[in-house]
Amino acid sequence: MAVVDTLDMPKKHKGHDPCLRSPTSRSCCPRRPDATATARTRPTSWAGRKYEKNPFDAVANPGGIIQMGLAENQLSFDLVEDWLEKNPDALGLRRGGASVFRELALFQDYHGLPAFKNALARFMSEQRGHRVAFDPSNIVLTAGATSANEALMFCLADQGDAFLIPTPYYPGFDRDLKWRTGAEIVPVHCTSANGFRVTRAALDDAYRRAQKRRLRVKGVLITNPSNPLGTAVPRADLDMIVDFVAAKGIHLVSDEIYSGTAFSDSMPFVSVLEVLAARAPRAADYGLDGRVHVVYSLSKDLGLPGFRVGAIYSSNPAVVSAATKMSSFGLVSSQTQFLLAALLGDKDFTRGYLAENKLRLKERRDQLVDGLKAIGIGCLESDAGLFCWVDMSHLMRSRSFEGEMSLWKKVVFDVGLNISPGSSCHCSEPGWFRVCFANMSAKTLDVAMQRLRAFVETSYKGAGTVGALRRAAAAPARSMSCPLAMNMKWALRLTPLSADRKAER
Amino acid sequence: MKKGDITRRPSSPSRSGRDGSKERPQRRPDGGMRIVVPLQGVVQGRGGLVLGSLIPCALFYFLQLYIKRNRPPPTPGSPSSAAASSSASTPAGAISTTIQRTLSRGVLSPRGLPALSARGAVARAGDDDSLYYAGLRRCADDPYHPSSNPSGVIQLGLAENHLSLDLVRRWMEEHAGPALTPGGDDEARELTIRGLATYQPYHGILALKMALAEFMRKIMQESVSFDPSQMVITSGATSAMEILSFCVADPGNAFLVPSPYYPGWDRDIKWRTGIELIPVPCRSTDNFNISITALEIAYNQAKKRGVRVRGVLISNPSNPTGSFVPKQTLRDLLQFATEKNIHLISDEVFAGSTFGSDEFVSVAEVVDELEDLDRGRVHIIYGVSKDLSLAGFRVGVIYSYNESIVAAAAKIARFSSVSTPTQHLLVAMLSDQKFISSYLKINRERLQKAYRLLVDALKQVGIECFKSSGGFYCWADMSKFIRSYSEKGERKLWDRLLEEAKLNVTPGSSCHCIEPGWFRCCFTTLSEQDIPVVVERLRRITDGHKSNR
Repeated sequence: MAVVDTLDMPKKHKGHDPCLRSPTSRSCCPRRPDATATARTRPTSWAGRKYEKNPFDAVANPGGIIQMGLAENQLSFDLVEDWLEKNPDALGLRRGGASVFRELALFQDYHGLPAFKNALARFMSEQRGHRVAFDPSNIVLTAGATSANEALMFCLADQGDAFLIPTPYYPGFDRDLKWRTGAEIVPVHCTSANGFRVTRAALDDAYRRAQKRRLRVKGVLITNPSNPLGTAVPRADLDMIVDFVAAKGIHLVSDEIYSGTAFSDSMPFVSVLEVLAARAPRAADYGLDGRVHVVYSLSKDLGLPGFRVGAIYSSNPAVVSAATKMSSFGLVSSQTQFLLAALLGDKDFTRGYLAENKLRLKERRDQLVDGLKAIGIGCLESDAGLFCWVDMSHLMRSRSFEGEMSLWKKVVFDVGLNISPGSSCHCSEPGWFRVCFANMSAKTLDVAMQRLRAFVETSYKGAGTVGALRRAAAAPARSMSCPLAMNMKWALRLTPLSADRKAER
Repeated sequence: MKKGDITRRPSSPSRSGRDGSKERPQRRPDGGMRIVVPLQGVVQGRGGLVLGSLIPCALFYFLQLYIKRNRPPPTPGSPSSAAASSSASTPAGAISTTIQRTLSRGVLSPRGLPALSARGAVARAGDDDSLYYAGLRRCADDPYHPSSNPSGVIQLGLAENHLSLDLVRRWMEEHAGPALTPGGDDEARELTIRGLATYQPYHGILALKMALAEFMRKIMQESVSFDPSQMVITSGATSAMEILSFCVADPGNAFLVPSPYYPGWDRDIKWRTGIELIPVPCRSTDNFNISITALEIAYNQAKKRGVRVRGVLISNPSNPTGSFVPKQTLRDLLQFATEKNIHLISDEVFAGSTFGSDEFVSVAEVVDELEDLDRGRVHIIYGVSKDLSLAGFRVGVIYSYNESIVAAAAKIARFSSVSTPTQHLLVAMLSDQKFISSYLKINRERLQKAYRLLVDALKQVGIECFKSSGGFYCWADMSKFIRSYSEKGERKLWDRLLEEAKLNVTPGSSCHCIEPGWFRCCFTTLSEQDIPVVVERLRRITDGHKSNR
């Protein structure tokens, strides 16, 4: 099996390594032991590689694995494509027929192209229904939201400081926020009992745990709309979180990279900046503006992750200034800035795109949810995002993370659907999975649903009741078909897809 | 209460002294006398010496205590004080104290912002004190233009190549559109929006790595070949350098850096990684050659201080001096690195911008030569900003002979990856062999010409330059124009150059040159018409200097 050859990976460079430290230290990369070794041995990672080796293709490889672990938005590519066709100047680095290359070639100002920042500020404001205005001078451009998050961590936290993050959270945070900065993440446990909403009690509890660990809490980080839940955070919850942050005198980072995917009318996306604007300047809120920072990116909303454009928005001049200087370690190429300035500057395009994209997402989401419902699988009611948070706990042999792991392996290897297990998102309840729907065609999604139906019907025939499943769980555990020994510890450290070639943010 | 106790006691030993200065205490009111009494003991040297000095100290201490207690809580709004407090306090103490303070701060302080991290504060304060960046900022505020702003500052400090921009621009005009247009007529290029927009490997697409490997081979006179799989592509050489530093060293470790060195490293490497750079001085008498003996000394000194040296960092062609590192020195450096078991990092961003008769030797060549040496300690930094005048595209390369460093850097590259359209555009450009060959040739000729022009111009005003063979700079010796042979004198001259002559040059002290009076002057931002202006402006300084003597 493919798995075997990955196991001996870490040993490989033993002789090769110039062993630049004392014989006692093992790794060549002192600070990032993860970076070379562990990531390769993670099961989700080899699932990713397995997908790479055997990707589904309706014609060429109908038996391949369908990628449902990648939060990529491919539904509205044609809109961007059309625009590019109509505006060849943007790609040809021309303006009004004349080349602008000279301005761009040497442009490496870390403040960014003013035209692009203005267009981005306007676009962000448009996305939030013009309910908040964005000041272009408060925007810091970075190479993707990954880089934006890291830069913010560098600015706000020192080694050993902590950020509170509600679970389940995007597994990439474990490396984006921690690897180089040395900051810690303290999970705020949310449960399905209230639809994984953040509560004050959970925040307080996390804060206490951090204090117990002698960590200095520097802030709270939320993703809104949430990845992996696919839900927009309700206004009341945002208010509560802002209150908490104000009371503790800490920062709030709101990762709003999915804001443009909020397709629900009943539960519209509310930015934390709207909440701030709505709060009249109370004495207790003084300086709150300077403590709330928003991370944004075009990867999800415009479906352009390849362009690597992220942004930090903050009203705190100190943060803006520090982050701007740090952004020199991950600047956006001037060519890309120019192209996007033209794209986002086209108001007709952005308006049409935002509306159409939402419609398409909603349609695809409904297709997934209905398909799952027909098989008897439920989802968390979602109103944004490129994925659904799916409850498959009734399909597990045992109600534990081991059970989740073995179900997940079956789904990947037997059913051929690469989905992400909840444990990799630090979910505190087993049985939840993140299923992406926007990176494939409707037909492929149908194939996926058919496969899942066949799997559920053959494996659980007659075992429809919970009692039957319980009995199954009580039966002696079968040895796993996979040679990798599984244990809880690293099941919790999983990332859904850290395959080398195609990684996800 | 306490105050009274203390002041009363010493009054007895100094009593006898009081007789001599009877008038003073009499004139003064009671309170004043008490304080004066112990001091009298000091003046007259009678036993009161100890108490006489102790008591004022004690009084001062209590006064401080009193003031501190009755003052409203401090408002550490500024990042510097915040940084000081957060770095000084232990994490344990910080939990109780700092959080308490931030709580009150929200209500009381006029600027109720919580602190930046120490690192954030460092980055924010950043380069404010560096003359190099101060000059650049000054220049950005008031740039010279022959017609619209003839009294502006002429930029001689920024390493940008304006000489061959027209060549690149012409290529872009003809090819940029077709190269990126999805489904364009360009032969078999399978470019679709899917290829451009979706997630691509963070460490660069393979096509670009292959094109860059070929390009690097070309500029190194085809003497070495590069393996695309040993490459990591990052957004600019700046982040390439930082990522590599993150990979090879821990906070508190150090690199030995032969000085003078590129002033940007102080920022790029030190800010976030916490790595220390130890300048190893090279001297003009040695032609600024790297001396292994000096490296050895610096290494041992660092060791004595308990600082762990993790590598040697060189730039080749050297920034700022513009000289090549001789082949033998490269061998010696490798030898040294092997002996000490440390890394050797060679920054070769100017490898394609060479001129003159000397031959440039990349460290890659030496590595290829010496099979038995452990190659895993050698790393090369490259970028297209300088050689292709494409600084705006932010494409840098880490080329390492160490498998695990490549693997680690590839992972970290997720924080600074290059936009895919830009990568494709660059692939198209680098694959155009005809264009690249002619570009490199013409660019070298133009560099050579511009270099000669500036060197000759400087000679006219009596300034000698070090012989450069690559890069964008003249390394000029202006030591005879500085008043005092020191860093201060150099700074004064730099100030005058900037303010009176309106020329922004980089002082040697920014490059950690230990000999004062050297300045780095970039010649690639000048046009031929600017040269007489520069000469005329320099005359203001040099002539003034002569007459002052």
